[in-house]
Amino acid sequence: MKRRAWYWLLIAPFAATLWPPFYNHADPALYGLPFFYWYQLLWVVLTSLLLWFVLLMTRERTDV
Amino acid sequence: MSSGTIIFLVLVVGVTVMGFLASGWGKANLQQFDEWALGGRRFGTLVSWFLLGGDLYTAYTFIAVPALVYGAGALGFFAVPYATIAYPVVFIVLARFWTVAKKRGYITSADFVRDRYGDRTLEVAIAVTGVIAALPYIALQLIGMKTVFSQIGGAFGAGGGFAALGVAFVVLAAYTYTSGLRAPAMIAFVKDALIYITVIAAIVVIPAALGGWGHVFASVQAALAARPAAAGAARAGILLSPGMYFAYATMAFGSCLSLFIYPHSITSLLAAKSRFVIQRNAALLPSYSLLLGFLALLGFCAIAAGIATNDPNAIVPLLFAKYFPDWFAGVANAAIVIGALVPAAIMAIGAANLLASNVFKEFSAQRPPGETRIAKMLTLVVCACALVFVVELPVQYAITLQLLGGAWMLQIFPAFALGLYTRWFHPTALLLGWCAGMLTGSGMAYATFLASGKFAPVFPLQLGSLKLVGFIALYALIANLAVATLATLGFGAANAGKGTDGTTAQDYAT
Repeated sequence: MKRRAWYWLLIAPFAATLWPPFYNHADPALYGLPFFYWYQLLWVVLTSLLLWFVLLMTRERTDV
Repeated sequence: MSSGTIIFLVLVVGVTVMGFLASGWGKANLQQFDEWALGGRRFGTLVSWFLLGGDLYTAYTFIAVPALVYGAGALGFFAVPYATIAYPVVFIVLARFWTVAKKRGYITSADFVRDRYGDRTLEVAIAVTGVIAALPYIALQLIGMKTVFSQIGGAFGAGGGFAALGVAFVVLAAYTYTSGLRAPAMIAFVKDALIYITVIAAIVVIPAALGGWGHVFASVQAALAARPAAAGAARAGILLSPGMYFAYATMAFGSCLSLFIYPHSITSLLAAKSRFVIQRNAALLPSYSLLLGFLALLGFCAIAAGIATNDPNAIVPLLFAKYFPDWFAGVANAAIVIGALVPAAIMAIGAANLLASNVFKEFSAQRPPGETRIAKMLTLVVCACALVFVVELPVQYAITLQLLGGAWMLQIFPAFALGLYTRWFHPTALLLGWCAGMLTGSGMAYATFLASGKFAPVFPLQLGSLKLVGFIALYALIANLAVATLATLGFGAANAGKGTDGTTAQDYAT
């Protein structure tokens, strides 16, 4: 059950995306995309990776 | 017949045949409720990925999100953080629900609520909320199909697309009736493949044709600045104005809480064969969100390409018609129609499951196998209601009801999602909270209608000198929780019994 502590990591995507003033900028742009857009798209990928990591850390031997 | 129409026809007829053949998948006895409604709870990671992706990212989403960005600028991009933070919720909350549902044999969210709280009224309230929220959602899928039919023209456009829609409806109802959840699960493979091909092609071709993203955003900025601004409303731009921050964040957060309590999400999730399959999918499904994000940016491409239309929902088909050869436009149109058939079938099954297990059964002595028969009949009824909806009522009604449906759906969150973690709330208090939430949500939505002549998803809440423009569904949830908490404390003080709990701690353990 101690492994569930890893779940707390999943707060990160909420903190990163639910405070718009933090990322509501045009610069730095990436391939012409303003920061606002590529930052949020980046968090789609980061959230996916984070979920994989938490899955690996919490999976039971019996999981299929 | 043009090459595009032929390709379109071949793809759509092909998946229809698949839908009927799906009844033979896995050689199951489709008279059993589990088998018909949940595909026997046997879907592994890959099938679940296609099914959930096909279910959650509907054709309407793929049309409406770019339309929103086209009209509202950066604000419309809230769909991306929403479709990101929804997955940690699935990973933790819905995986827990899957576990208890498997152990106790639940088919719907209301099954859990009945077992957890021993309260039939609460169960019916939860079930009816789900059905009411699902109906306009199905209607929107049909509207998405109709848009494509009238765009293709010819025999498809006959009667404003209604003739073709009637045929599509009969086919949808027939294979859902025959094959249950296996039909959309099989068709979802084709749907998702077509959507990926179409969107990736669009993302590669269209911005390049417009001179790259830098050029797209420069011309969008100029075009948005030249738009006449509505009185008192914040101007749409490529960035948020500070007055939109709260609306943006509350829309993303509120939507992420309600996405997975819709009946069609629950149905697809429960069809997974293990808790692990759900968690693995929570990590894999964001790939669709990435797709959604790029599609949203097509809304800006439409502005930069100078596409002007009174119906923003037509911008994606118009972009495809402008930048792709006819045969590929046929593929794209098929992607939209098949993309509507998959979720429509799952929504019909989800709504029928709620009606059969949680409303109908409460008033009759029928038990399985009668239950499966009833659910199958109810699927036909649900589809028919949605079709009547589309034929009889103006499009705006479906959109408004879907908006209200989102606010209503979130009101089962305390009983359902919090109920997975605590039995602290009194069942009657949850029912009172649900009433408060439904009234607050509907009232606020109606107030926006009175103020501006149309229903809006956000409400300007005045707190002293502070005006917070926030997502109505979330405001309603706060009212719901406040009432449920106070009433629970009240019942506790009065020493009222809390009813029975059919579940034990063991049922939630992995």
